[in-house]
Amino acid sequence: MNIFLQYSLLIYFLPLIAFGIQIFIGKRLPRQGDWVSISAVLATLVLSIALFAGMLLDYNPDFKQNFSFTWLETVNFKISMGFLIDNITIIMLLVVSIVSSASHIFSLKYMEGDPRYSRFYAYLSLFTFSMNGIVLANSLMLLYMSWELVGLSSYLLIGFWFEKDSAANAGKKAFLTNRVGDIGFFIGIMLLFTAIGSFSYADVFSGVAAGKITGNLLTLAGIGLFMGAVGKSAQFPLHIWLPDAMEGPTPVSALIHAATMVAAGVFMMVRVFPILTLDALIIIAYIGGFTAFFAATIAITRTDIKQVLAYSTLSQLGYMIMAIGTGAYTAAFFHLVIHAMFKANLFYGAGSVIHGMHHSLHKLNDHKTDAQDMRNMGGLRTKMPVTYWAMLISSLAISGVPLFSGFLSKDAILAGTLALVERTHSHHILLFFGFGAALITAFYMFRMIFLTFHNDPQKPKIFAHIKESPTAMLIPLVVLSFLSIFIFYTLPNVNPLSDQGWFSHLIEPQESLVLGNFNPSVHEIEESLHHSHIPAMITSLIVASLGLLLAWFMYFKKILSAEVWTKRLRPLYNLSFNKYYIDELYDKFLYQPFLKLADWVAYLDWDIYDKYVINGFGRVTEWVAKIVGIADYEGLDQGIVDSFGRNTQRMGHSLRKIQTGKIQNYVLFAALAVVILLIIQML
Amino acid sequence: MDSLQIYLTLAAILFSLGMFAVMTRRNAIAILMGIELILNAANLNFIAFARFGGMNLTGHIFAIFVIVLAAAEVAVALAIIINLYQNFKSINVDEAQQMKQ
Repeated sequence: MNIFLQYSLLIYFLPLIAFGIQIFIGKRLPRQGDWVSISAVLATLVLSIALFAGMLLDYNPDFKQNFSFTWLETVNFKISMGFLIDNITIIMLLVVSIVSSASHIFSLKYMEGDPRYSRFYAYLSLFTFSMNGIVLANSLMLLYMSWELVGLSSYLLIGFWFEKDSAANAGKKAFLTNRVGDIGFFIGIMLLFTAIGSFSYADVFSGVAAGKITGNLLTLAGIGLFMGAVGKSAQFPLHIWLPDAMEGPTPVSALIHAATMVAAGVFMMVRVFPILTLDALIIIAYIGGFTAFFAATIAITRTDIKQVLAYSTLSQLGYMIMAIGTGAYTAAFFHLVIHAMFKANLFYGAGSVIHGMHHSLHKLNDHKTDAQDMRNMGGLRTKMPVTYWAMLISSLAISGVPLFSGFLSKDAILAGTLALVERTHSHHILLFFGFGAALITAFYMFRMIFLTFHNDPQKPKIFAHIKESPTAMLIPLVVLSFLSIFIFYTLPNVNPLSDQGWFSHLIEPQESLVLGNFNPSVHEIEESLHHSHIPAMITSLIVASLGLLLAWFMYFKKILSAEVWTKRLRPLYNLSFNKYYIDELYDKFLYQPFLKLADWVAYLDWDIYDKYVINGFGRVTEWVAKIVGIADYEGLDQGIVDSFGRNTQRMGHSLRKIQTGKIQNYVLFAALAVVILLIIQML
Repeated sequence: MDSLQIYLTLAAILFSLGMFAVMTRRNAIAILMGIELILNAANLNFIAFARFGGMNLTGHIFAIFVIVLAAAEVAVALAIIINLYQNFKSINVDEAQQMKQ
């Protein structure tokens, strides 16, 4: 068997086996079986590193291995499934296994003592299995199946602490919101399948290139696929589930709702990029750009440390989606990989802080104070140095400061946006979204850092009992902090300002396959990217430092008072604080009318249909039955059947009288009879 | 009037007297006596037919048979009457009516 097939089968099925063991006998194993899941995920990490090393040694941008087997065969069509292994797959596998391993190790301490400890690991394994399915899939079919499986694991993990109503509701919300996107996704897939007759990427691409599906239909299919990404990657207007999903345990937020699953939408768009038409791309760019800016403005006013990160994730995912829309899809994938590292790190850092807060509150016997509220923190830098440095490095990365990884990818995305504007001389608003979001990102990230780790502790009592988290939780922080440094993504190049390196060599842009297309060619995009690289870099540096300085003045030096500015910008503040009333709008214009409709239909069904029609049948039947009953009982039973009995009885009664019981009477009758017979004979 | 007719008339009178006794008496013994009269009337008929009607020996045999039967019948009937008396302290047949509804 091919070595790549062996590796990918192992990577795919090991977590599934771990899930099976954990869910059925996990509780009876020593240590509740956490070592089963952890060894499975570490094995996939080793295999992924092996694949990755092989890729680097090979250093071939065109590397591609496709394995496929027939899954279902009917007279009319055949569905095959299998693995596609190219550089994108290998890099993504490595990302998933690194973050997943980090999450498994982090949870050792974070979830310690939880009553459903083994089930937590079972779900993590299920998620890893499903996510690897998305990454390895060579067809939209397997992709869609794994897509739903990650949705399921996400649902199970968000609602992991289902005793809390908010967690159970958040799980439901995530599941239902994703359902909306998945309907579009399914329509997109079926449009392609109807036109082309196959689910596999290779067939779909060649089908599109051969013109089997063109024009508006192809645009529609592309938008359908994008709707799946809107749901899974939480883009506006389906972003509402992701902030609520922070109800899940923090390692889950890091793994699923920051690094991997929410990036699945972006990953899928990267995969199907060659078939997206120009119209679809513009829609994608606008949705992404808007989400990036919109979510960033909400993040400014969050006070819950995990909520800040959740909106920051939304914003960064918006960046990736925008990059796909502008045609710079390698930049999108680049940002996906880099974002996975620093955002997972930020979440683990937040998890570490929350863990410390919980311990302190536990010691104080305080169950009311919110352990995630940044207003209860402050000054933690001295107590949690490792966590502080890890979060600082990640925040520098996400803000786009040179020497850190985020700078490279963010710069590439902004350059892509600038290039689009220069090519088309329109869509200037995307620039505003992109650079505006960059400024705000730097601002709210450092607001979080300053509020949490700097200045004087705001609650000295709580502060007194804060301790640094255990080693198992610090290992992921240290590893991921290192991975937030630029050098890992640019080797063999060591220039911190250029994103040229192994990544840009191995992931090459692909030509659009849309027939008669007006999409710019790869060459055109590359050319314009080259032109916009320097201006984009300078602008992004300026806006990032502006945001950073603003946060510095406001939350560290306190020269600018946050309270005063809040008052001055009250309407804007209110909008941001209430998340633009999106949830309320949905409630007012979607849920409430729907509930009213449901009530009305229920009224029709119950009060009209059930009570009058259905029950009417019952009543008529009852009435008929009564008549028939009377006829049967009074007429047939009493009149005919019983009258036989009665008459027989009456006759018996009258005949009984001649049975006197006296022998003499009988003898007399017999004698009389003889006499009568004699008389008759004589006559 | 020839002799057969005389005998038959006598037998008919005897039968009627027996029948009358059976029908009217309440005393079980009296009923038994009536039955004896009826049997003897029949016996008289057999003998008369044997002598005058050509029945010959058959009539005699039957007469003897009936006498034996009557003896057996009396034995059984008297046993019944004794039982009846023991149960009801009476041999009035009207009083033995337990089985009447």
